[in-house]
Amino acid sequence: MSAFSALRPVARYIRASRMVAICVLFLLLVALVALAGPLLSPNDYISTDFDNRFGAPTMQGMQFFGTDEFGRDLFSRTLLGIQVTLFVAVIASIVSLGIGVIYGATAGFIGGKVDAVMMRAVDALYALPFVFLVILLMVAFERNFLLIFVAIGAINWLDMARIVRGQTISLKHREFVDAARLIGVSTPGIIWRHITPNLFGVVVVYMTLTIPQAILVESFLSFLGLGVQEPQTSLGALVNSGITHMGRAPWLLIIPASVLAFILFCFNFLGDGLRDVVDPKNKT
Amino acid sequence: MSLLEIDGLTIRYADSPAPAVSDLNIVIERGEAIGIVGESGSGKTQTAMAIMGLLPANADVSGSIRFDGTELRGATPTVLNRYRACRIAMVFQDPRTALNPYVRIGKQLRRVLLEHRMCGRAEADVRTLDMLQKVGLPDPERQFRAFPHELSGGMRQRAMIGAALIGEPDLLVADEPTTALDVTVQAQILRLISELHTETNSALLLITHDLGVVAGNCERVVVMDKGCMVEEGLTREVFNEPVSARTEALLSSAPRIDSEVMSKPIDTDADPVLEIEDIAVSFRERRSSWGERLHAVKPISLSLGECETVAVVGESGSGKTSLARAVLGLLPADAGRVSFLGRALPSHVGARRNKVRRNLQMVFQDPLASLNPAMSVREIVAEPLRIHESGMKKEERNKSVDTMLTRVGMEAELAGRYPHELSGGQAQRVAIARSLILQPKVLICDEAVAALDGTVQHEILKLLLTEQANSGLSLVFITHDLAVVRQISHRVLVMYMGRLCEIAENETLFRRPRHPYTKALLSSVPVIDPEASAVDAPLAGEAASALSPPTGCPFHPRCPHAIAVCNEEIPELTQCNSTLVACHRAADLDLSY
Repeated sequence: MSAFSALRPVARYIRASRMVAICVLFLLLVALVALAGPLLSPNDYISTDFDNRFGAPTMQGMQFFGTDEFGRDLFSRTLLGIQVTLFVAVIASIVSLGIGVIYGATAGFIGGKVDAVMMRAVDALYALPFVFLVILLMVAFERNFLLIFVAIGAINWLDMARIVRGQTISLKHREFVDAARLIGVSTPGIIWRHITPNLFGVVVVYMTLTIPQAILVESFLSFLGLGVQEPQTSLGALVNSGITHMGRAPWLLIIPASVLAFILFCFNFLGDGLRDVVDPKNKT
Repeated sequence: MSLLEIDGLTIRYADSPAPAVSDLNIVIERGEAIGIVGESGSGKTQTAMAIMGLLPANADVSGSIRFDGTELRGATPTVLNRYRACRIAMVFQDPRTALNPYVRIGKQLRRVLLEHRMCGRAEADVRTLDMLQKVGLPDPERQFRAFPHELSGGMRQRAMIGAALIGEPDLLVADEPTTALDVTVQAQILRLISELHTETNSALLLITHDLGVVAGNCERVVVMDKGCMVEEGLTREVFNEPVSARTEALLSSAPRIDSEVMSKPIDTDADPVLEIEDIAVSFRERRSSWGERLHAVKPISLSLGECETVAVVGESGSGKTSLARAVLGLLPADAGRVSFLGRALPSHVGARRNKVRRNLQMVFQDPLASLNPAMSVREIVAEPLRIHESGMKKEERNKSVDTMLTRVGMEAELAGRYPHELSGGQAQRVAIARSLILQPKVLICDEAVAALDGTVQHEILKLLLTEQANSGLSLVFITHDLAVVRQISHRVLVMYMGRLCEIAENETLFRRPRHPYTKALLSSVPVIDPEASAVDAPLAGEAASALSPPTGCPFHPRCPHAIAVCNEEIPELTQCNSTLVACHRAADLDLSY
């Protein structure tokens, strides 16, 4: 029962807030278009057409967003960018979730010296300058798509670990944990049945807030030229090349930037909405 | 023209069908003391907030609230601020949250005067000091510079009252001003409020759920239920001859110290079920680097017979809860032994055998905190069965959960709900169902009814006693409410600063208390009888810090009967007729009623 009962509060939150429902709907729609779009469009993201460089958006040939400096279809490239960006975001979040939750819950539940050592390690990692770290990684291991996930996940889990630790500590001292002990529930049983389901809400909320962060970091890295490499692309990389041709073909900047902003808005609103619903003060 | 005229006040919230307050009419004359009583959710606090203009923005208010002829409903903050603090002032329920923790006490009081330009800074300082003196804060000069956290709960409530009265308001609204306080401190604060009310000739609107508080302090009373006024009149008449059935129910269900004893007599010779020998608990003091320890419970022994109910009473911080937790193995005890049916138990609950564990259960003070918010009622109540009756089939388990829920007076439909969808009373029933489903031999109730309304409280007590009669349950009832003690206990144990003051039979303790502290507790309880005057001589002061306990008897600084030896020697627990008492003067003092 536990896996499902853990999801139940989340389902309740989604039902409770209209904003949350709308954001979830939008995000699903964007993901669906990004995945199904390339199958429907006659253009691909890779073929160049030098007779049609900087083509303005047109319905003809389904080039809704126009073409870029190599005559590639921007619509297809944007869809690819969305895919890559969402993929980076989700993978980075899962990495941060996996490390952060386990690390934080362990530190919080064991407490004492173990907790102190584990959390000082987190503090030490916080102190490292992130961009510098990424550049070092890039230099050491060549440019590598996977490296971006590692780099982004590696910074995001720090926050997650702190949040989960704090939550675990406060849950550990709640009376229902004592009540469970009195009944005779074992320690793993307490963690699994009593602590984890209550962490879930906060973790989900926090994850929706780390996703935009991961997206921004990826865009930032791509913008610096450290991220995804041509002909692959991400929204950040598209914005970057759009800036170069801003004067001549503004849509190359405006369209990917708007899509990026829209996705970020959705995640942020989703996070805010979920946080409002999870907040015990809003529960009646 | 009356001071305050509330006419047809109705407060609605969009998300609830029933209005929070409906068509309320109250008139308050100058210098009058009026009480509003009712259970939680009856709209008392909503009314107070409406008068102060503090209702949340989504409240839909209609009707009129005229103060001294001016309409306050819907008035702008600028207009309201002309009345707040200098004409109408409010004392809030919880002094811990109502004072700004970052501002010194003196500044918070002075601010009222400066904000309303009632006087200059120098005069404001003088008046603030005067006020601190008036509300009985010892060493006002020092309290002037103190931050709220440096004051105890009672002191903070005094400061709050000072802040409310410093603007010399015509009306003082006090919303449950003593609910968060201990009974002896409650008596002090109530006395202070009614003294200041007479002295300053301001009107008093006292909002409370405790009929005893109103009885001693208000000339007129308004009884509210579900947002409506059900009765209004002179306190004496309302209490003696209630017209409405609701008032009658409130009066009859309110726990009173002079009420009948509900517990059945028991056989005292049987072998004890639970024995506690010299249990002591201490905590490491966090702020102290010297490994200083805070002694929450000094060695205490107690034995509990079958079907017996032992009540443990004392003010907050007296070590009641620590004792219970140590006995159950939730807190490590420094010393001592707990034995169940003659066998010594390991000190940690995790090391105890399942057979023992199922027999020692507890109901916690805060029903909502003790229920896992992510589990449904059914899962919560079924959990003990899943662990101890692992052979049980799912249908059987569900059936016994349903039976148990019916026994604690819950409808079966509620089984699918989650804790936050329950009321306080329902949540406590679920907690009780969970602790009783294994048919334990011993149930420890830690302030199990403190958070509940009078009528609900009464039902829960009845429920526990029925269970006791049916299954031979032994109860340890931890409470600060002596009326509850009187109703259900066989024996009473009085604690003060981690030590035992007195152990006596229920009847003996209430007729002839031997320890001055017991006597003080008994006489601090507000009596629901308008004829009986307010507590005449409340116990002064508050318990000392457990980190630096007084020398000798811990109670002697507050004790009206203290003699020289009390300052030097800690009294031993000695037999005095049928009572065990720790007092140097137990033999020569006569404290009986």
